[in-house]
This record gives sequence, structure tokens and C-alpha cells, in this order.
Amino acid sequence: MAAKLKLATTSLAGCFGCHMSFLDIDERIMQLVELVEFDRSPLTDIKNCSPCDIGLIEGGVCNADNVHVLREFRNNCKILVAVGACAINGGLPAMRNSIPLEDCLRESYVNCIGIENPQIPNDPELPLLLNQVHPIHEVVRIDYSLPGCPPSADVFWKFLTDLIEGHEPSLNYDLVYYD
Amino acid sequence: MAHITIDGQIVPFEAGQTVMEAAMAAGVYIPHLCHHPDFTPHGSCRQCTVTLKNGWNITACTARAAEGQEISNNTEELNLVRKRLTQMLFVEGNHFCPACEKTGNCQLQGVAYHLNMMSNHYPQFYALRDVDATHPDILLDRNRCIFCNLCVRASHAEGKDVFAIAGRGINKHLVVNSESGKLIDSELTADDRAANICPTGALLVRGKAFQAPIGQRLYDHHDIDEITLGGRHGG
Ligand code: SF4
Ligand code: SF4
Ligand code: FES
Repeated sequence: MAAKLKLATTSLAGCFGCHMSFLDIDERIMQLVELVEFDRSPLTDIKNCSPCDIGLIEGGVCNADNVHVLREFRNNCKILVAVGACAINGGLPAMRNSIPLEDCLRESYVNCIGIENPQIPNDPELPLLLNQVHPIHEVVRIDYSLPGCPPSADVFWKFLTDLIEGHEPSLNYDLVYYD
Repeated sequence: MAHITIDGQIVPFEAGQTVMEAAMAAGVYIPHLCHHPDFTPHGSCRQCTVTLKNGWNITACTARAAEGQEISNNTEELNLVRKRLTQMLFVEGNHFCPACEKTGNCQLQGVAYHLNMMSNHYPQFYALRDVDATHPDILLDRNRCIFCNLCVRASHAEGKDVFAIAGRGINKHLVVNSESGKLIDSELTADDRAANICPTGALLVRGKAFQAPIGQRLYDHHDIDEITLGGRHGG
């Protein structure tokens, strides 16, 4: 049997919904682990990427750490995939893009109803926010995109099995949607 | 009867018909967004671009059919051009489909699905566009406007002229004909054709969103070519 493909996944400015949807492949995950080995991923808790065949990125880029992680994935993954609406166009987090960042922070941490000890978080450990949220293809080259909010388990399954079998991945009409 | 051919198929036409009209009558789908059979062609979205035998591109919604024309329509090359045009519409506006009341029934989405559009390809503009929620029965979210001009044409036809398109480039926007510039002070009412014709989620009559569950919406399982030729559409 051919060596297993290595697969890494991460969530940037996403909600982990894409990862949850990925897990909706249910028992097919037993077949998948026969064919791929998980590298860096919230599923393995491995913290850094080693050279991989496939990287799945959920979420857009909203802070400096997202940029760093995304570049690490690009440097290590032969095939990098934008997974879900947020990775593709910034998604719902990018709805803040029309509002100045300071106004967003004030509304959330200072002026919002029921706030105690109002202050804008500024711990040096927190990654700096970018002024706007960006889709990942504006930062690194992307090889494939899987639309959907989230893409269904069948989208993940079809895409990964196509790649593993060495086909050019393709999704038919029923698997392409943006919501 | 006089005829043209589209991708080799014989398509009859009557004098004065456009290529689009002849195609639709013959059951041939040519992708379109700004075309509507009830209104004068606008020719702005370029989605209906087709190629003549001599290599010229024409817009099927504005060009009259002429005897013997040999037209290419459903080709890989043209569909790639159409996909790129659609992607430009997606990055020019702010289309967050998961949060849009029109999702599943939107013609812009329908065309994008038809073209198997997997990403927006271009960098997002994140243009600043206003929402007008002043009207009790109608919502105008300019983030989703694709400047198809259909509401403008429909409102003109019903003698109200509520809408116009103003500005250029990233500042282009739909304006409302009223003292305040707001919908509430305009003559628009929810039963106006103009309030119901928008192919996207830019102009919405309130209280109608999310009525069809996911799986039963217009474009969930049916390609827009089938829906359009069947005489239904998401506008
Ligand atoms: S108008 Fe259509 S394409 Fe735009 S956000 Fe709404 S559903 Fe999506
Ligand atoms: S509001 Fe709708 S109908 Fe009017 S121009 Fe914009 S997209 Fe077209
Ligand atoms: S449909 Fe012909 S240009 Fe829009």
C-alpha cells in the first residue's frame, strides 16, 4: 500500500463549524485514517505543521497570528485548501469590515450592556487584530476552495477521496452552495 | 422560418427578436442577470455574452437575431469569462450568503452555481455600502446590489421612477427618488413590481424571508437553466 498522505487542518477566524462538519463524515473517518495521517490539527493537538500533502484552512485572517499560521501551512503543505465561506471571502467576521476597529472594540468591551470593569483587552499575549478581516487567498496562494457555511461532510469526503485517489477534485451541483 | 444556430442547434426566430428571446423560446439557456423578458434590455451584466462565427462577442440580450448567424454559447471559454464576471460581482459588493434573506433563491447565486464557481478569485473590495431599512415593508441592502437596473426599469414602467443608479466605480450606488433619499419617503409600495423584481437580496419585501426550508429553495437542487426555462426565477 502506498504511504499515507499527511493532512493538516486549522481554524483561523472561523467558528470551528467547518471542522464539526468535517467530523460529520461519521464512521467514514475510520476509512479516512487508513488513508491519511493527521498532522497539525485541532483533532490531534499537534501544535506545528511538518511537511504535509494537504492543508485544510477554515476561517479568514483577522489577526497577526492568523497570518503567521497561514504562512506556516503554505510553507509546509503541497496542496492548500480554503474551506468554507470565511476562508473564501472573510465570511461573517468580515461584516465588521465596514466599521472602524476601535468602534467594534468599544462596542464589545466598553459600551455593551452588562459589562463590568470595561476595558479593551490589551494583554501582550493577545495577537494584534488587523483593521479588516481578509480571505486567505489575499495572503497566500490557494490551490482549491470548498464553498459552504459550512461545506457538508459529503463535500469533505468527495474532495479528499478524489485527491487520495489521484483525481482532479470536482464537486457536482448538489455539493456547491454558499450558505 | 428564419433561423440562427446556437452551439449547432437550429433556433428559429421572428423578425425583431433578440438572440436571447429566440434562444429562450427554443429552450436554450443563455446565462443572464440584467435581462428580463418584460423590460427593455439593459446590456450591462455581460453574462449573456456569446460569440459569432467571425469571433466577435455580442450580448445576446441586446443583439437582434439575424438570418444564418452561427453562435457559440455553452463553451468552456465563454463559461470561464462568465465565471470571472460573476466573481467580479461577488467581490465588488458584500455578499455574505449565509446571512442573506435571499439565499437559495438568489439569481446571482444561481448563475454562480451554474458556472460551478468555487471561490471569488479576486481580492474583496469591501466597499462601504448603505442599508436603507426605513420602509416598514421593504428593505434595501445596497451591499447586495449588482446594478442590473431592473428595479429602475420596473419603477419607470409603473410611472413612479423611484430608483436610479448614480456614481462610478466603487462609489456607484442605487439612489432613491425622495426628498430624504430614503425609501420611507418614496412612493414605493410592497406590491410594486419594482419592489419584487430584484434578482438578488438587495431589494426585499419584508416578511417573506426563509419561508422555504433548506433543500426546498429554488436553486437547492435545480440548476438555474432548468428554473429559467421553466418560467420561474428568483427575482
Ligand atoms: S444577494 Fe445572493 S449572492 Fe448576494 S449575499 Fe444574498 S444570496 Fe448571496
Ligand atoms: S437593487 Fe436589485 S434590482 Fe435594483 S439594481 Fe440593484 S440588484 Fe438590480
Ligand atoms: S443579460 Fe445581457 S448583458 Fe445582462
